[in-house]
Amino acid sequence: MSRGDEAASGGVDLSQFHQVFFDEALEHLGGMEALLLNLDTATADSEELNAIFRAAHSIKGGAATFGFKDITDLTHEMETVFDRVRNNQMALSTDLVNAFLASGDTLKSMLAARRDGGESVSAEAVKALCVRLRAFLEPAAGGSAAAARPVARNVLELVFGPFDKSFSPESVDGIVADLKDFGKVEEIVAAEAKPKGKGKSKSAKAKPVKERRFRIVTEVSESDLTDAITFMADPKRVKVSLVEAAAPAAEAAPAPQPQAGEDKEFGLFVEASSLPANQPASAAEAKADAKVIELKAGAKSGGAQASDATSIRVSVPKVDQLINLVGELVITQAMLAQTASKSDPVLYEALFNGLATLQRNTRDLQEAAMSIRMMPMSFAFSRFPRVVRDVAAKLGKEVDLHTIGEGTELDKGLIERIVDPLTHLVRNSLDHGLESPEERVAKGKVRKGTITLRAYHQGGAIVIEVSDDGRGLRRDKILSKAKERGMAVSDSMTDQEIWSLIFEAGFSTADVVTDVSGRGVGMDVVRRNIQEMGGRVEIESTADVGTRISIKLPLTLAILDGMSVRVGREIFIIPLGYISESLQPKAEAMSTIAGKGNVVSVRGDYLPVVSLADIVGIEGDVQNYQQGILVILESEGGKTALFVDDLVGQHQVVIKSLESNYRKVAGVSGATIMGDGRVAMILDVAHVVGLTHSRFPKAA
Amino acid sequence: MMLQQNEAKAAAPAGVAAGQANEFLTFRLGTEEYGIEILKVQEIRSYETPTTIANSPSFIKGVVNLRGTIVPIVDMRIKFNVGSAEYNAFTVVIILNVAGRVVGMVVDSVSDVITLAGEQIRPSPDFSASFDTQYITGLGTVEQRMLILIDIEKLMMSADMALVDGAVH
Repeated sequence: MSRGDEAASGGVDLSQFHQVFFDEALEHLGGMEALLLNLDTATADSEELNAIFRAAHSIKGGAATFGFKDITDLTHEMETVFDRVRNNQMALSTDLVNAFLASGDTLKSMLAARRDGGESVSAEAVKALCVRLRAFLEPAAGGSAAAARPVARNVLELVFGPFDKSFSPESVDGIVADLKDFGKVEEIVAAEAKPKGKGKSKSAKAKPVKERRFRIVTEVSESDLTDAITFMADPKRVKVSLVEAAAPAAEAAPAPQPQAGEDKEFGLFVEASSLPANQPASAAEAKADAKVIELKAGAKSGGAQASDATSIRVSVPKVDQLINLVGELVITQAMLAQTASKSDPVLYEALFNGLATLQRNTRDLQEAAMSIRMMPMSFAFSRFPRVVRDVAAKLGKEVDLHTIGEGTELDKGLIERIVDPLTHLVRNSLDHGLESPEERVAKGKVRKGTITLRAYHQGGAIVIEVSDDGRGLRRDKILSKAKERGMAVSDSMTDQEIWSLIFEAGFSTADVVTDVSGRGVGMDVVRRNIQEMGGRVEIESTADVGTRISIKLPLTLAILDGMSVRVGREIFIIPLGYISESLQPKAEAMSTIAGKGNVVSVRGDYLPVVSLADIVGIEGDVQNYQQGILVILESEGGKTALFVDDLVGQHQVVIKSLESNYRKVAGVSGATIMGDGRVAMILDVAHVVGLTHSRFPKAA
Repeated sequence: MMLQQNEAKAAAPAGVAAGQANEFLTFRLGTEEYGIEILKVQEIRSYETPTTIANSPSFIKGVVNLRGTIVPIVDMRIKFNVGSAEYNAFTVVIILNVAGRVVGMVVDSVSDVITLAGEQIRPSPDFSASFDTQYITGLGTVEQRMLILIDIEKLMMSADMALVDGAVH
């Protein structure tokens, strides 16, 4: 871990703390990137700006402690620039945000290089970044644009007076000088004085002045100005009135709003909300022109950042061990329940009550332990704004990304594994699904395409959807490509069946292979990954309307609701989610096909029958179909009837890994420990169904 | 426990080394006596009927629940065709911890733990009775007994034991 850096301070070996620093720095960078992407340059939330500044500052502090000079230098530049922004001394612009994003990327590389010992970013690249950041510090970059925009202005009249010993006419000059920050101030000299005299009246002392009038052309509202002036002068001595309300000549969508660079900090928070009601358009400009930033009502307080104070870092193995132990507890409790069930409930009433309570407590403990590993989907969704932004820019498309249900929770292990498939799906949407802006307009669609990521709970599963409003899957193209490849397809296949073709390896209808996608190696990997997680993928699509891909995942990796079945002496567990029903077949329902195998007729459908005894290679007790049980399984490949000796019961079982000490067994997805302490195998339903359906290929 | 095993692995190359690595657990298969490094042995249990694994070789009896962990059980007598594979009250299962995996092997009986000094260990001749001599690290002599010393980790992890996916790692 140690790079031999100049980390010694006071003789303490700091290299042991490097890993913590890297972890935290990467977290800060992640948070910073998310905030930057969310930043609305027009109405930046000051809390967000502060958070970004703090992130850079923390990284700088840590890097300095460990003597990582290159990181310290870069973060120092970032900090300096952003300090100006958050103090409203500098304009926030898209360029600035881009520069910061680039710096964040560079920092990530530098941190990774330090941690893993690889090639660090070249010194020239870092220097170039520093120069780029420093360029923003030039005052010229600041708010000269404010004047360039035609904005709505009010003309207000200020009347100072009456004057007396405590309030002299001269003191008004000082006030007026300060007011210049709001806009152009002109004194309206009384008729007998010089006509249209600008600025102060030179002969102030000549006459006892009753009052002084000024006219100011400003963008702020009357009440804002009044508020401002009350700080400077006695409110009783000033009257502000609106002479001319501004015509709403403002633009609709203001370009990146620079804060007027030359304005000095007034130290006031001007309420921009109290604008004259008939000028909705000027609201945006007035806000921007105001030298201060509105404090939004904590809307984007960013749960992840705020939770610093109330969370503890725990290593994942510890959590896993805790969950393991809870799993053991569940098994032990099941064993007790099973043993006790043989005793007389009346005689041992107290015992049974205790066991019932134990069961409740155990279930609650199990849920609580499971929830430790649950994290909100935002952890998976957080990287997509960046991905969409970069890829869309590369492809020349305009895209909006919506995320819904970011708070939906999912097991940490699954979140890590779902990110790659999701990224692939999003890139596919961007590349193949969404059309170019011109094409969209030509079709009568909105110019900007939309990609929506949505997550929600459904029953015992979580559903994650990736949808776009692009051109949809093209049935004809897919069919022709499949035929080209010699796949067994027919024109009469349903839409669903055609969409599933895109999951076949090497399948791509892309005309051009881009470096984003089109090589055809993605979708099959996506489906496989999701199936390995115990999930399934479904596609819905309508031509020219859009496509929606739904991923359904079990909520947890470790606990399974299953039906136990018996073959011979062995017990097997079938995950409940795959069972659609079970029945005892009548003789007339069973028949054979061309000597290849048996089928059973269930409500008109013919389902292939496979015997569990055959699959696992043992002798079943029951040979006659009518005396056994058929369990109807449904999975991606289709429906199958599994023949077993008997149904034993329904249990919630803790999944134990078979592969940690053995190897992968075909047809078995794991093992569990039953109430009597024996091991039972959990059936890999997808494999079982796949067996039968390869024996009965669909008619071409 | 894992940490100790890792340290032991780092310290003890298969076969002869100083100190603790010279302690061997001896067991019988048929008429032959074998010795394995004591540090690879996690525990010794009596035999309980394992849950069979679908379509596995005959010498892999199945898996058992060892205090919450699923452990495969291999019958060495079947694998190497020595003795008769009986399962009675005296049948012993040696639970091994090799290469980070927990595996059990059924043997006829377990004898004792013997410390062998360097000169008590002779190189083994090149013919093999039941299995490949690449797993035999030497022959130990204690009083009248000849112990066939095996690199049990190499053996368990080899491809033909079919316990691991792929070849020896």
